[in-house]
Parts: sequence; C-alpha cells; structure tokens
Amino acid sequence: MINMKKINKTTRSNLTTYAMILVMFLVMQTLVSTGNVSSLLQGLLVPLCAYIILAVSLNLTVGILGELSLGHAGFMCVGAFSSAFFSKCMADVIPVAGVRYFFALCIGAAAAGLCGVLVGIPVLRLKGDYLAIVTLAFGEIIKNVMNILFIGKDSAGFHFSTKDSRSLGLLEDGEVIINGPQGITGTPKDSTFLIGVILIFVTLFIVLNLIHSRSGRAIMSIRDNRIAAESVGINITKYKLMAFSISAALAGVAGVTYAHNLANLTAQPKNFGYNMSIMILVFVVLGGIGNIRGSVIAAVILTLLPELLRGLSDYRMLIYAVVLIAMMLFNWSPKAIEWREKHMARFKRNNKKEA
Amino acid sequence: MSFISYLINGISLGSVYAIIALGYTMVYGIAKMLNFAHGDVIMIGAYVVMAAMTGMGLHPAVAIILAAVFCTVLGIVIESVAYRPLLNAASSLAVLITAIGVSYLLQNIALLVFGANTISFPKALSLPAISLADGALTITGEAIVTIVSCIVIMVVLNVFIHESKAGQAMLAVSEDKGAAQLMGINVNGTIALTFAIGSALAAFAGVLLCSAYPTLTPYTGAMPGIKAFVAAVFGGIGSIPGALIGGLLLGIIEIFGKAYISSQMADAIVFGVLILILLVKPTGILGKNIQEKV
Repeated sequence: MINMKKINKTTRSNLTTYAMILVMFLVMQTLVSTGNVSSLLQGLLVPLCAYIILAVSLNLTVGILGELSLGHAGFMCVGAFSSAFFSKCMADVIPVAGVRYFFALCIGAAAAGLCGVLVGIPVLRLKGDYLAIVTLAFGEIIKNVMNILFIGKDSAGFHFSTKDSRSLGLLEDGEVIINGPQGITGTPKDSTFLIGVILIFVTLFIVLNLIHSRSGRAIMSIRDNRIAAESVGINITKYKLMAFSISAALAGVAGVTYAHNLANLTAQPKNFGYNMSIMILVFVVLGGIGNIRGSVIAAVILTLLPELLRGLSDYRMLIYAVVLIAMMLFNWSPKAIEWREKHMARFKRNNKKEA
Repeated sequence: MSFISYLINGISLGSVYAIIALGYTMVYGIAKMLNFAHGDVIMIGAYVVMAAMTGMGLHPAVAIILAAVFCTVLGIVIESVAYRPLLNAASSLAVLITAIGVSYLLQNIALLVFGANTISFPKALSLPAISLADGALTITGEAIVTIVSCIVIMVVLNVFIHESKAGQAMLAVSEDKGAAQLMGINVNGTIALTFAIGSALAAFAGVLLCSAYPTLTPYTGAMPGIKAFVAAVFGGIGSIPGALIGGLLLGIIEIFGKAYISSQMADAIVFGVLILILLVKPTGILGKNIQEKV
C-alpha cells in the first residue's frame, strides 16, 4: 500500500479526480448491467462523456488561460463533422471499428486543433471581450458553413458544392456524404460509454499534466499578470496559442464522441450553436473556474439532474441562467468575497475553540 | 435600379444596427463592459409593444413609449443587480459571464411567458411606401421612418452628450472613473443613466427591427444584438459617430452579401468582416488607440 501522505499534494489531487471518474464509471456500469437505468438515461451516457470532455477543455481556456471562448461548440462541430466524414468514407475500407475510431479521433482532434490555431493566431492578441466575440463569430460561421456544404463521393473522386445535392454532379455510383442542412446520415455508431470514459481519462491526463508542467505555470502566469509574465521572458503568444489550440483539439475529441453516437449529424443551433457553448460555460462556472474536478462534477450533475427531475425540464434553461448569474455574483463580487472571508474566519475560530 | 433598392434596404437595416450599437458603445465607453444582454432587451421591448398593441389594444405610439419606459427600468435593474456588484471585480471575465447569464435569463423568461412560437409583429408604423422612377423603385414607409429616426437619435444624443451636464459627466466617467468621482460626479448614477438611455434606445430599435422583419421569437434580439456589437467594433467601440458609420456599413455589407453572394452565408460574411477588422485595425474606424501603461 502506498502511503497517501508521502505523495505530494498535486499528485494526490489528480489521483482523486481519476478515482472519482473510475468510481462513477463502475457505478454506472453496474446500474446499466443490472437494468436499473432507464433507456433515456442510457442514451445520455455518451453525450455526457462528450460534455465532460468539453467542460474540462473549456476550463483550460477560461480557468487556466483566463480568456473566454464562446465558440467551443464550433470547435466541437469541426471535430464532429470531420471525423464523421472520415468514418463514413472509410466504413468499407477499414472494417475494424476500433481502428477506424482511432483514426477518426486523430482527424477530429487535428481538424479542431488546426482551427484553434487559425483562429488563435489573430485573435489571441486581443483581450477578453474581443476574444469572446470573435470565438462566438467563429462558432456561428462554422455552423453556417456546415449548413450549406454539400460533399459527395463517386468513382471519380470527391465533389463539392454549396448549392444543393443535385449540383454535385455525381456519377451513378456516387453517394452524398455531407448533405447540407441534412448533415451526415449513417455515421457508424462507434462511440460507447467505455470509449467515452477512456477519452475522459485521456483528456484529464493531458489537461492535468499540462497545468502542472512548466508550460502550465507559464500559462497561469499570463492569466494572473500578462505584463509581469512578459517581463520575465515568457513568450505570451506561444503559450496562449498552446493552451487555446489544445483546448480546441479536446473539444474536437468531444465532437468525435458526440458524432459517432448519432445516426443523423446536423449542425443546428441546439447542438453546435451558441446555446451549447453557453451550456458548457455554465458547467465550468458552476464547477469552479480553474477547477478541473469541479467541471467534471458540474457536467455530470447538470446533465443527469434535469433527466431525473422531468417536471423541471421547462425551467431547466431558466435555472441555468440564474445559477450562472448567482455563482458569478457570489464568487467574484468584492463585497461577497469580503462577506465570505469574514464568515469563514469566524467559522475557523469556532472550530479551533472546540478543538 | 435593384442596386439602389438594395442600398436603401442596407441603409435601413444599418440604421437599426446603428441604434443598437449606440447602446453597446455607450455602455462599453463608460463601464468598460460588453453588455451581452443588450440584444435581448431589444426582444423584450418588441414583446412589450406587441403585448400592449394586441393584448391591450393601445395606440402604437403609446405602446412604443410604454416599451421604452419598461426597457429603461429593466436596464437600470439589470445594471444595479447583476453588473454593479462586479464592476470592481478582480477579473473582467466575471462581468462578461454575468452578462451572458442575464442574456440567457431574459431569453428564457420570454420563452416561458410568450412561448417558443413565432409571433407575427403587429404593424406599429404604418406609412405609405414612396414610389420613385415610375414605380421601378419603391421605398417602404418603415425604411423611411427607420432612417429618419436614426438620424434624429444620433443628433439628439450628440447634443445631449456634449451640451448637457449629465452628458459631460458621462464623458468624464468614460475618461477616468476615479478622477470623475473626485470632481463630485456620481459615478454609479452616471453608469445607471447610460444603461437607461441604451435600453430605451434598444426598445426603439426593437420596434424598428420588428417592423422591417415582422416576426418575433425569444431569440429575435440575439443575432441583431451580436451584429450590432460587430458594428460598434467596426466603427470603433466607445465612439458615437463610429456606431453610426459601423452600423450603416454593416447593414449595407449584409444586404449586398445576401443579394449578390449567398443569402445563407450573410451571417458568416458579417462575422468574417469582424475578424478581418480586428486583424487589421482592432480599434475600429474611429476608435482611439490607447497605449497600455505599465
């Protein structure tokens, strides 16, 4: 048995996070295999994994880098569509689901990461509000493009169009792969709960190791004081871009997980629009900005709770909004911080007396 | 002739953007925050007009004034409850996220009260269309009202800011909050006044917008709100003439994009313009270049 006290604090905290996921997975798996989970809830398990990955990756941008991204759903969309496109094309060439899924993952993450770099180079020079609005703009552009893009494949190769599926001019053996507003149909359903959980582990491993590395400390120093960080020789652009593109790539991974669970992948405001970005932001804010484990917990609770309390479904979004405002006011308002510190001090004093 | 009619449509849409952009630009200039909920105040204003006209059978003018008053109060309440406590927060991200929360809250309240269905907006402005060049070119009454009211609002606002005491206080607060306070200016009051003016303008913008595009859903305000922010950035955020220029240019770009490139890509074109501006000249056309002091 390893002595827990000998392990340093960050390692212990990381291990707790991993253990938490493992326990959650085992509990869920047991419940599913004993038939105690409704089919509705079972259908939510894979999206839940995608949401957790998204929340963790957004927390990297918001909490660790200290910039607000409102286009996270856009990166997810890029990952989802590029990987679904790949999987559908390669369904016959690579029959083994695992291998195909692995390549799809690489492609989704790479495409989203590349978009992150492309968006990041110009906009990371900007500060807070502008960055938020540009990422929002990026998300909307991606959604727009996906809705007018038609790609077909036949023996002559790929055909592109932005009008309709007929203007692709496909040969007789051709098939339409991306069908504009109808999106991609018939993506192989390769995502399972197990794969989702493994991807959560991979994501957590990447993010937690990044945070506690030399680069992670550089990124956090930029968040805390950009000028001071620059004056001690930290390359601001490099580290900002690093955090942002890793975050985007992980959002792409979430997109891959999400896409390979759907029979029909379409870019709609509900799944890849602004609302999705806000929902992920609520997870991050509720879990605690900068707290990775908090994001995971918040994502699980906020995804499963509305399903368990069906009656509240009309008020779900309203509650999200109120939670978002209340959490921000409570955590960041100087007066609330003062109040909290006063009460915490009294609480601690009482504890000491009793001891 | 179609070119001229597109141009007029563009100017008309641009005027609406300019009025909305004023709200963004004034608040940004003074409170240094992006009021994400501004677009949703527009939507609330339009719903109030709709409810007052079809529900209570009020005269359009009365309904519009009612909406302006309602939105003014709403703006002040939002500012004092959600934004003011965070004005001096350690991270500027805090107030931005709160603003997103408020925006979301307004949308969902409207969703619960009025439902998700699209409601057709009643005719609040009824003016005959003007026919020019033997009927080859018609200008709708709404377009004329929109353009004229935009000009009036710009002139009145400019006079107000440069001539009145409250306007001067706004300029002072936007220049330096601390120094303004030392000079005896009520900083919180001035910020509240800015929100009040911005929200009242949002109510007008809501009526103008819904008169031109007579459909109303809880999400009506979100997209024009974001585009108006693009317009404010385009013109140089914090500058009132900049909001006008940015709004008009953006309206024209959008209508021409719809007409000559692709109607589905119009939003993408507008956002592409934003990214391009921020790349080339992040301070916008009329924006001041503020040097960062260490």
